[in-house]
Amino acid sequence: MKNLSTRTVVAIGVGSAIFFLLARFLSIPVFANTYLTLQYAVLGFFAALYGPIAGLLIGLIGHVLTDLSYGGIWWSWVIASTAVGFISGYLLKGVRIDEGSFGSKGAASFIGGSLAAHGAAWLLIAPGLDILIYKEPSSKVFIQGAWAFFGDFVTTAVVGTLLLAAYASTRTRSKSL
Amino acid sequence: MSNLAKAPGQLSYVAKDSFVHSLCGATKMAITLCLSIAAMITYHTFYLLFLMLASGMLFVLAKAKLSDFATVGIWILALMAINNIAIYMLAPEYGVGLYESRTELAHLFGKYYITAEQLFYQFNVTAKYLAILPASLVFFYATDPAEFAASLCQLGVHYKAAYAVSLALRYIPDIQRQFSEISKAQQARGVDLSKNAKLASRIKGAVSILLPLIVSSMDRIDAIADAMDLRGFGKLKRRTWYRQKPMRLADYSLIAASVLSIAVSVFLSIAAGSRFYNPFA
Repeated sequence: MKNLSTRTVVAIGVGSAIFFLLARFLSIPVFANTYLTLQYAVLGFFAALYGPIAGLLIGLIGHVLTDLSYGGIWWSWVIASTAVGFISGYLLKGVRIDEGSFGSKGAASFIGGSLAAHGAAWLLIAPGLDILIYKEPSSKVFIQGAWAFFGDFVTTAVVGTLLLAAYASTRTRSKSL
Repeated sequence: MSNLAKAPGQLSYVAKDSFVHSLCGATKMAITLCLSIAAMITYHTFYLLFLMLASGMLFVLAKAKLSDFATVGIWILALMAINNIAIYMLAPEYGVGLYESRTELAHLFGKYYITAEQLFYQFNVTAKYLAILPASLVFFYATDPAEFAASLCQLGVHYKAAYAVSLALRYIPDIQRQFSEISKAQQARGVDLSKNAKLASRIKGAVSILLPLIVSSMDRIDAIADAMDLRGFGKLKRRTWYRQKPMRLADYSLIAASVLSIAVSVFLSIAAGSRFYNPFA
C-alpha cells in the first residue's frame, strides 16, 4: 500500500469510478430481464495495466460503491470481485501494454488469466461464501455463480481484449523509432 | 437505448442540519460497515428486527424522506422479490432442512409446497437485507464526499487507499457526463445498444463507447497524477485533511455501539449453538 505510485493511486480512483458507472448505467440487453454489464472488462484492463493491488482495490471500491447505491453490501460477491481484480492483475504482470506490444500472445495470456480469475471468483469464492456466510441454498448460489461466471468471463474476454488491443495501438512501441 | 439515461439520484449527498449529518464521516462509515457485517452473521430473527429498527432510526434522524429514494427503492424491491422467488424456485424445502421441522400450509403443484419453515427462512433473508438498507442509503445521503477520505483515514485505512476512494467519488460525476456525451455522439453515428440490433453489434457498439472513454480516462489519470506529484503527494508517511471533523462523544459511543453489534451477532450464534433462531424446535 505504502509503495503505490501516485499514478496507480489515481488509476485506482478513476478505475473504480468507471467500474461503478458501467455496473450501474451501461447494460446490454440479452433477453428478457437479462443484461450483460461491462465493468469486469474494465477491471481486467486496469488490472493488466496497473497490477494486482490496483485490481484488488478497484474491485473492492467499485463493487462496494455499486452495492451501496443499491442499498446493501453483499460481502461474498464483493470479495469475489476483489479476487477477480487481484488474480487477473497477478497473472498478467508480464503483459506489457504500455510499451505498445499486445499481440496474439498478449491476448491469449489475458484471456487465460481472466478465465482463471473469474473461475475462482464465481465458481468457488462467491457461492462458497454465500453458503458459509449467508446460508443460502447451494443449488441457488451455484446457478447464480455459474451465470455470473459465464456473463462476466465472456464480456471480459471479448471486450477486455478489444480494449487492450486498441489501447496498445495508441501507445508508442518501446523499440521503434 | 441502455438505461444509461436514468439519473443517478441515489448517490447524492444532501446537505441538511440533522444529527446524522453532524456526525463525523468515520462514524457513519463504521456504522454502515458494522451493521452490514452484523446482519450478515446473524439469522436470529429478533436481533435482525432490532438491527432493522436501529437502521431505520438512523434514517429518521437524518431527516431523510422516502420520496428521496423512490427510483432506487423500486429497484431494490424488485431485486429482493427476484431473490426470494429464485430461492423458492430452486430450494422450496430449504427452510424445512434448516429448522428440522415441517409444517405444511398449502400445496401449490409438483414438489412446491408452502411450509411455515420456508416462509420463516425467507422472511429472515429479507429482514437481513432490510436491516442494512436504510443505513446504506443514509450513508450517502448524509456524508459529504469531501469528508470521505478523511473519515476512512481516521478508521485506520492507509491514506493512499483513502485518497483513491475519494478520487473515485470525485470523478464519478465527471466521467458520467463524458460517458453520456460519448454515448450520444456514437448513437448519432448509428450505434444501437437496444434490442433492435444483433447481440454482436450491440457488444461492438458498447466497445465503441467504452474505448474513447478509456483513452480519455488514461489522459485524465496522467493529468491528475502529475498535478498530485507536483504538490508532493505520497512524500510523507502521514497527511492531514482539509475537511476533517473532530470526533465527539456521540461519535465514540456510536462507533462503540456498532462494534458491539457485531459482537452481539457473534455471541448470539455461539450461545445458541446455531446462527438460526428456531421457533419450530
